Amino acid sequence: MGKLFSKENQEVFSNPLNLNNPVVVQVLGICSALAVTSQLKPAIVMGLSVTVITAFSNLIISLIRKTIPNRIRIIVQLVVVAALVTIVSMILKAYVYDVSVMLSVYVGLIITNCILMGRLEAFAMQNGPWESFLDGIGNGIGYAIILVVVGFARELLGAGSILGFKVLPQAVYDLGYMDNGMMTMPAMALILLGCVIWAHRAYNEEKK
Amino acid sequence: MNALRNYLDKIKPNFEEGGKLHAFRSVFDGFETFLFVPNTTAKCGVHVHDAIDSKRIMSFVVIALIPALLFGMYNVGYQNAVLAQGDLTDHVGMFLFGFLAVLPKILVSYIVGLGIEFVVAQWKNEEIQEGYLVSGMIIPLIIPVTTPLWIIALAVAFAVIFAKEIFGGTGMNIFNVALVTRAFLFFSYPGCLTGDTVWVADSSIFGLGYDLADGVTSATPLGIAAAKGVQSASLTMDSITGLIPGCIGETSVIAIALGGILLLWTGVASWKTMFSVFVGGALTAILFNKFGSADNAVAMLPWYQHLTLGGFCFGAVFMATDPVTSARTETGKYFYGFFIGVIAIVVRVLNPGYPEGMMLAILFMNVFAALIDYYVVQSNINMRANRAKLK
Repeated sequence: MGKLFSKENQEVFSNPLNLNNPVVVQVLGICSALAVTSQLKPAIVMGLSVTVITAFSNLIISLIRKTIPNRIRIIVQLVVVAALVTIVSMILKAYVYDVSVMLSVYVGLIITNCILMGRLEAFAMQNGPWESFLDGIGNGIGYAIILVVVGFARELLGAGSILGFKVLPQAVYDLGYMDNGMMTMPAMALILLGCVIWAHRAYNEEKK
Repeated sequence: MNALRNYLDKIKPNFEEGGKLHAFRSVFDGFETFLFVPNTTAKCGVHVHDAIDSKRIMSFVVIALIPALLFGMYNVGYQNAVLAQGDLTDHVGMFLFGFLAVLPKILVSYIVGLGIEFVVAQWKNEEIQEGYLVSGMIIPLIIPVTTPLWIIALAVAFAVIFAKEIFGGTGMNIFNVALVTRAFLFFSYPGCLTGDTVWVADSSIFGLGYDLADGVTSATPLGIAAAKGVQSASLTMDSITGLIPGCIGETSVIAIALGGILLLWTGVASWKTMFSVFVGGALTAILFNKFGSADNAVAMLPWYQHLTLGGFCFGAVFMATDPVTSARTETGKYFYGFFIGVIAIVVRVLNPGYPEGMMLAILFMNVFAALIDYYVVQSNINMRANRAKLK
């Protein structure tokens, strides 16, 4: 048990959350981060889906890494990811149909998410299954955190609600407040994401 | 003048390093260089020395904006009186009403924008950059009179930070700051910038002007053309004098022309850009007249109405010619201006969602300005290389 949660393994898990975050440091997976964050709920579901898929594709690839012929490894990785994405997509359709409609093609496009292929190539192909699993979960959550932050800001400022519940009282609107229509557009998501990167870098600079 | 100079010299030590007001050094510096041309010059390298610096250029543009501003104020009162069927001969009253309606917008625009500039300058330990002097005056002129103040403040803050400061400040911005402000308003709060109810001030201020009944509408001529396709015959004359509903400063061709003449005379704006915007717009409008679908009323507007209505003139004179965001090569200016005119009319005619295309056209060409310059310079290099080749 001690070995499972050794210091190295803890770092494998915690690095992608902050100092090596896939979105704000490596700037990967931006496309889906802009597309699905107009509301909080799809952002959370998307983050969870990516976490599950990254974790298990990392695990599976790591288990069979020694038997994969080097020249066709991308194809093998894609097959594994595609299978997992299909499973997740079907589960979403079965249990949270409305969110799956909102996410539309972006669940299927997880196959092409750079974070997944990056982790498979850079980590799972060289490391054992347990480390790879931790790395997958860490990267997935690192991605999900950013999605939730952006989705939270966009839904609050763009629609005045959180998870579909109106949080801004009518009195605020009576005073002349208006929802910001640009927040619901992907353009503003890019600017918000830039602000998150800005805050993140400033925070880490200060700590150094 | 001397007294002012002496006073500034007297209080100057307070703002130097170690003085008690050191925190406001950039503010003092900004005002001093605004009032007096600074004596400091570059110490090394080869430089062309010119008596005019960017603060003086900015002041010329602000002066050039004054006719449009004053007429805009009058027109605000005039439109209010027309809709209220009030007294149209009370010119002073109408102007005062417009003055009171427009003044808060100018103040908000300057306080927020310059405030951010001062904070950034102090924080980075730099001199205050003067670019906002012009943007701050243009912004109130390109929005409808009913725009709420807090939204203006928000949009100004957004534009100054995201369109200017993060690119490195005045002179480094890719997009025209005033237009980014308007674009932010346009996409964030479409209800405040489009439609039929936003163009006329609807409540009296300090007893001046008239309170309008709820639901009174007054569309801009372009909006009417886009929606119904009705054009009255007297419209062209009104759109030249400017007594039509519209954004505060953009309605009067005469007032804008006065400013344009000053800009051209002082050499601040380039006649090449200005001229080619009008050529591009007129040619495109004529093409649409000839080949456009007859059902599309905007396509059937004659070219001179296209040029006089909406923000076309204001954009061509004051914003397409912005020396920072426009093309810098002399040949490039023709292409830059021409395509602004073309795109503005194309957006107006082909996209019923946007009755006015000038803002989008200029922002779009801002992106391409650097590319245009690149090709102009490259073609020049190629031409000379060919000439130098031994035959």
